[in-house]
Amino acid sequence: MTYTLAGAVNETMASASDTLIIAMIVTYAAALFLFAIEAAYGQRTRLKAGKLMPVGAGAADGNTDDAIEVNVRSTEGEAKAPQNALGRIALGVTTLGFVLGVAQIVTRGLAAGRWPWGNMFEFVVALCLVAVGGLLYASFRYQARFLGAFVLVPVLLLLGIGVRWLYVDPGPLIPALQSYWIPIHVSATILAGGAFMVSGAAGVTYLVSHRTETKRALGEKVTGIAGRLPSPELLDRISHRFVLFAFPLWTFGIIAGSIWADEAWGRFWGWDPKEVWSFISWVIYAAYLHARATGGWRGPKATWINVVGFATVLFNFFAVNYMFSGLHSYA
Amino acid sequence: MSTGKDDTAAPVAATREDNTGRPKGLGPTGWLRWAWRILTSMRTALILLFLLAVGAIPGSFLPQNVVSVEEVNTYFREHPELAPWLDRFYLFDVFSSPWYAAIYLLLFVSLAGCVIPRAITHARAVRARPVQTPRNLGRMPYAARFTTDADPETVLDRARGVLKGYRTERYGDSVSAETGYLREAGNVLFHLALLGLLLALAAGAFFGYRGNLLLVEGDGFANTLTSYDAIYPGHWTDTDDLEPFTVHLDDFEASFIEDGDLRGQAESYVADLTYRESPEDEQARHRLEVNHPLSVGGVQVYLLGHGYAPEFEVRNADGEVVFDQPVPFIHRETRSFTSDGVVKVPDTGDEEQLGFVGVFLPSAVETEDGELISDFPGARNPQVTLEGYRGDLGLVDPQSVYQLRTTGMEELGSSPVLEMGDTWRLPDGAGSITFSGYSEYVSLQVNRDGARLPALAAASLAVLGLLVTLFVRPRRVWVRAVTGEDGRTTVELAGLGKTEAAGDNAEFHELTTELAQRLRNASEGPDAEGPESGPDPHTPQDPSGSTTTRE
Ligand code: HEM
Repeated sequence: MTYTLAGAVNETMASASDTLIIAMIVTYAAALFLFAIEAAYGQRTRLKAGKLMPVGAGAADGNTDDAIEVNVRSTEGEAKAPQNALGRIALGVTTLGFVLGVAQIVTRGLAAGRWPWGNMFEFVVALCLVAVGGLLYASFRYQARFLGAFVLVPVLLLLGIGVRWLYVDPGPLIPALQSYWIPIHVSATILAGGAFMVSGAAGVTYLVSHRTETKRALGEKVTGIAGRLPSPELLDRISHRFVLFAFPLWTFGIIAGSIWADEAWGRFWGWDPKEVWSFISWVIYAAYLHARATGGWRGPKATWINVVGFATVLFNFFAVNYMFSGLHSYA
Repeated sequence: MSTGKDDTAAPVAATREDNTGRPKGLGPTGWLRWAWRILTSMRTALILLFLLAVGAIPGSFLPQNVVSVEEVNTYFREHPELAPWLDRFYLFDVFSSPWYAAIYLLLFVSLAGCVIPRAITHARAVRARPVQTPRNLGRMPYAARFTTDADPETVLDRARGVLKGYRTERYGDSVSAETGYLREAGNVLFHLALLGLLLALAAGAFFGYRGNLLLVEGDGFANTLTSYDAIYPGHWTDTDDLEPFTVHLDDFEASFIEDGDLRGQAESYVADLTYRESPEDEQARHRLEVNHPLSVGGVQVYLLGHGYAPEFEVRNADGEVVFDQPVPFIHRETRSFTSDGVVKVPDTGDEEQLGFVGVFLPSAVETEDGELISDFPGARNPQVTLEGYRGDLGLVDPQSVYQLRTTGMEELGSSPVLEMGDTWRLPDGAGSITFSGYSEYVSLQVNRDGARLPALAAASLAVLGLLVTLFVRPRRVWVRAVTGEDGRTTVELAGLGKTEAAGDNAEFHELTTELAQRLRNASEGPDAEGPESGPDPHTPQDPSGSTTTRE
């Protein structure tokens, strides 16, 4: 029998990490405020063509020596989004929050002397960091800044829940979690989960935008933020992109998890509640991808499947840790 | 040729739109064909996927026999009315129930029926040449047109250079190009790998076994049926012919966090083993830890848990030692490791047998109100309390080693709190029992599952296939070059993507600008003037700014 002291925790780092998380939340809240103003009052501006928008919309007015005449057949409405200078500032503020988030996770890892995702609190924080990273990526790559408010709302909710109810002091892990599979398996699920979150946020935005479009088609007037969203096709594509990224990672995460389970518990799959629910999420996202290739299912129906998919990911995280007893209940 | 045209014109999803119109008066084969078509349609696959997900839900809310038989038994005790009904629908065995099997088997039949014909079509398509160039390129989702001084042959030649990674074919005044064949292959690979995964899992379940046992420090076991406390063989497992290894537990050590919030949480478990793969083999050593199983003879041995086995020495009325061994106790929870156990002494030298129900406290302390509890899982101050019984243990019937059947027995009362070395003299001169020390034990799981590696291989192939499916974009490009009346060459470039329009169109546009650029460079020759004909093809004068995505 040997005993160890829990004194391995580096107190300076621990308190730095606790300060950083509060700073990060405040920063995100400021960014959310700015994004919301942009969404509500920004000038509806046509987005430049890019990897997610058909080319050629602006080709007619381009003129060069080549005089290339482009004709793109697209059934889509023009992609417009509310924009103003505040949005850019919001993006900068979000980036600052992201940097604070990275610092928070690093200091927490240093404080505990291990990979900083070993309990629910750390998991939530990492998930939110990935979601914000996804938002930044989408903003720079796809000009999808308009998603800012929609992504930051769940991020702030989750962070609030994390700080208020899930917080534990940094410390070592129970033996079952001491494995190099933590960085592999858990990182994969965190990355996938964060991307699913962005996808779900874009999906919800899509559903609102789609409804706006339907109402407009019926001649109704739609005002407010709902009336100023970008075209549903664009939102759908962003949402789909993030699932394309996340689904293989989730698959890999499940496989890595079963290899770990095989090492730790002597079976690679035992229908433990956590395993059941990650399987359910996997099947739902597979159904989402299928629905997009099935006649009559593309559009809102497929997007609902996507949203349900993220709901199962969250359910898996919160409910399974608290409601069920299983090998995975580390709460 | 006309099929090629249809193929190019129809959006991908539409070809999959299923024709499920009911056959009228077609006879049994017609109906069968109709049923098959329904079963292998995407819509059915979608519904079956949903059922697969929904059907799994009760498997997480209700206790499952695969996870824990004890929990199922508890549920039966707590819900005596409801439980038998649930059981009738296999709700405690969801994942091995006939209805769940029906869902996944239908899904996999549907999958095979859907994917295999696709694989065959695809195999043909891979060998075919790119399709004929359609007459009217302007109708394609992406179409661009420009004029150049270069002659048509040069244009087509350069076009082939631009279309890197495409398979190209010359048709008269045009080049037809296609790429992304791998996507279909990836899709087929993914689905077939899932099928393979299912087969591997089934095979593993039929031929493997899983067994549990307890091993006290200083003890060993041989891998035979009788060594196990519980063993779960597959349908076709030959349990008389298990791998002949032996394992001996030399030492076990658990360490716990001493203080702070996490006080009492386990920090590590280590079991030192010596083992032989077979009686003829050399002895080897292994440090068994939670994430570090022993692999011996194709079988895995895992450390599942641990506990205390207090040692008792029992003497009969005449003072002879009739019992002297460690007895595994089961802990109630892990923070205090307060453990319960039963000592059965069947042979005392006279006809009365002895039985004891004991509680073991590894770190005994007295609370303010005088209650004795354990406040730490490590053995800092081990103490035991016992209740004694005398009479018939009832061992003729099979019974659990953790329960004492007291119906045929007379109570002897409770012991004082025993520290190590203390002895309790039983009333009426019935003898004595000494708490002489303690050992630790480990609970082990022994597993043979031949499916592990095939299942891993199938799953990895599935991921590979999935990545290919999701990220390879099949697309077709045509370039036509015709000399116009003014002597200049009109170049048309058209593109058709099968997946996502926007990204494809952006790429087609890059192809156009690059082709235009190269032609201009070619016609102007090496000593061309003007900064706009700079050699970098990646910064074309882009009319729409389409290739830049930043603001
Ligand atoms: C275990 C059940 C199944 C799973 C998990 C599954 C999963 C998937 C996934 C993830 C994709 C990729 C979607 C994409 O390309 O965007 C896909 C594509 C596809 N699946 Fe399945 N599938 C299953 C069963 C089936 C069945 C039963 C069928 C046939 C009825 C089928 C037919 C297809 C087809 C045709 C595609 C290609 C879709 C496309 O080209 O976009 N799958 N499947």
